[in-house]
Amino acid sequence: MLKRFLSLGKVQVGLVILGVFVLVAIIGEPFSTLVLHLGPYDYDHSALGQPPSARHLLGTTSTGQDVLVWLLYGTRNSILVGLGSAVVGIACTVLVGLTGGFIGGWTDRVLNAVTLIFQNVPSFAVLFIVAGFLGNANWIMVSLIIGFFEWPGGARAVRAQAMSLRGRDFATALRTVGESRWRIVLSEVLPHLSGVVSPMFLRLIAAGIGQQAAIAFLGIGSATDPSWGLMISYATNQNALFNGLWWWFVPPGLCLALIGLSTTMLNFGLDEVSNPTLSTKRMRLMNAFLKSQARVRASQKTSARGEVAA
Amino acid sequence: MSAPNTAVLYAGAPEPGAARASVPRGRRTRRNGGNLAYLGKRLATYAVIAFVSLFASFILPRLVPGNPAEQMIQQIIAQTHAQPSPYVRQQIYDRYGDPHQNLFVAFFNYLVQTLHGDFGRSIQYYPLPVSSIISQALPWTLYLALVSTIIGWLIGTYLGARLGWKPGRRLDSILTPFSMFFSSIPAFWLGLLLVWYVSYKNGWMPNEGAYNEALGKPDIFNPIFLLSVVWYSVLPMVTLVIVGFSNWMFTMRNMMITTVNEDYVQLARAKGLRPAAVRNHYAARNALLPNFTGLAQSIGGSLTAVILAESVFIYPGIGTLLSQAQGTRDYPVMQAVMLMIIAFTLVFNFLADSVYVLLDPRTKEL
Repeated sequence: MLKRFLSLGKVQVGLVILGVFVLVAIIGEPFSTLVLHLGPYDYDHSALGQPPSARHLLGTTSTGQDVLVWLLYGTRNSILVGLGSAVVGIACTVLVGLTGGFIGGWTDRVLNAVTLIFQNVPSFAVLFIVAGFLGNANWIMVSLIIGFFEWPGGARAVRAQAMSLRGRDFATALRTVGESRWRIVLSEVLPHLSGVVSPMFLRLIAAGIGQQAAIAFLGIGSATDPSWGLMISYATNQNALFNGLWWWFVPPGLCLALIGLSTTMLNFGLDEVSNPTLSTKRMRLMNAFLKSQARVRASQKTSARGEVAA
Repeated sequence: MSAPNTAVLYAGAPEPGAARASVPRGRRTRRNGGNLAYLGKRLATYAVIAFVSLFASFILPRLVPGNPAEQMIQQIIAQTHAQPSPYVRQQIYDRYGDPHQNLFVAFFNYLVQTLHGDFGRSIQYYPLPVSSIISQALPWTLYLALVSTIIGWLIGTYLGARLGWKPGRRLDSILTPFSMFFSSIPAFWLGLLLVWYVSYKNGWMPNEGAYNEALGKPDIFNPIFLLSVVWYSVLPMVTLVIVGFSNWMFTMRNMMITTVNEDYVQLARAKGLRPAAVRNHYAARNALLPNFTGLAQSIGGSLTAVILAESVFIYPGIGTLLSQAQGTRDYPVMQAVMLMIIAFTLVFNFLADSVYVLLDPRTKEL
């Protein structure tokens, strides 16, 4: 399964993109202080709004900040938000879904109602109002809100899975042996949930990063932590569009799109592995087969015609 | 189809509507049966959600550090150089916290005010009431949201039906990766690129606003005014459609792939019907179901993208209002916008539920 997953082209591309971003998130900060000798709040007054050059690889902002340094610091921020929201969201999903599905009865009913409520509340609306009232939302805050409002879809799937697992033979066997309920859940059921949890994890990463960028762009997020959304926000507020400083607002958006692309690609890979009808490899083989059939038929036809002519 | 399988099937297309539509309904619905009982239950849920969100929006300003009510009064004084009237003062205390007031009384007052459509007064445009500001901005946002969602839906569904009919062909292998990328682009960034390239660099299109202000006052019976509205909304629409269409395409494509192998489609082919007829009337028709329910649901959800795109194009809708409001810490406006988004999401979700009941007779049997 894992081998098949890793052999898919789009999975490889997705993993490489995501890996590069994680790597940049880790080494970005030491790289900019040790190699570039620049911080996000260092101003180069001799280079205001300059296009990319050898000294500033991605150019400078209208106040002389280095765009590359901001991009590196922003990567760390985005990866933290993405992972943070995914962890919080998955924790809620698994907790609510498993508890409801395994215990059943009243607990399940209450949890189901709560799930339904959370499913219908748009997380972005909550995010901007909370961030607005707090005046400053750092990555922990954003992760908590995203994670806390984006779990319901997964929780329903986990619940359904848990309900079916509860009745399987191996669960019954363990129960008759006298294993405690939580041991069964933790060691036997949890691993079975990967099919539901992994696509959700990826989606939550993208959601966390995207929404943090969105509130930062609106100017409600943290005004001090460098992030991609904040770069775009500053660029628009300081007339980068009018002055044509494209190197300021193009890279952060491109990074956002690439991270989103990588999670989408991985998710498509997961889909193909779990549902072979969607496999592109299979489809290509099928098409090749059909084409060869058509060719055989065509050649038969022409040869038959040839015989007739003869 | 069992629930876990369908959940995985839709995992690639992060469309809440599609995933939800496929989850079997609960046991209790089955016992009670009937469409009305089902819709009534949904309605009750939405009423609870509305109440909870109202309560949350009421309690939130009381929980944050500092004293928002006092801050707002100071802001008003600083702006108008006059004390606000006792009525306005009381209203602000009711809505944003008064340490001397009973919480239940305050919540009751808040509830009565809000349900009467009274969201307090804007700080930024004091003394204009928030409700009148919102009602001016709302039509623009709804116009963008509805039209862009429908265009994106049509394009996405059509392409998805084409791709899913013969998956793995050249069109599929070109279009699918491309739209994966498109669906990952943040709407506001794409908007920025378009404004920068089309409006600032080349001056082909207007860079901000919703209509040509040289025409004078907005008059919806004036065809020239309407043309300028369409012209000014081209860029925001293009942005939203590009970002939005691919999810529809993916759900439709994956649904088509499963439907194409169904027996009744095979039968239609065996009967010798035209391929296009089989595709449109047999396969696509049934594969359409998740996309159809998703449509109503997504209009509520698409408000987020619309709001962000609006603030790029300085389109006079909710989004621009919101980004101005946060700059001046205009809490009443922000709060009203939040309640508005939640209300619209609920309305459209309920619409989706109703459509689903009408379209899919299986809900009745469940």
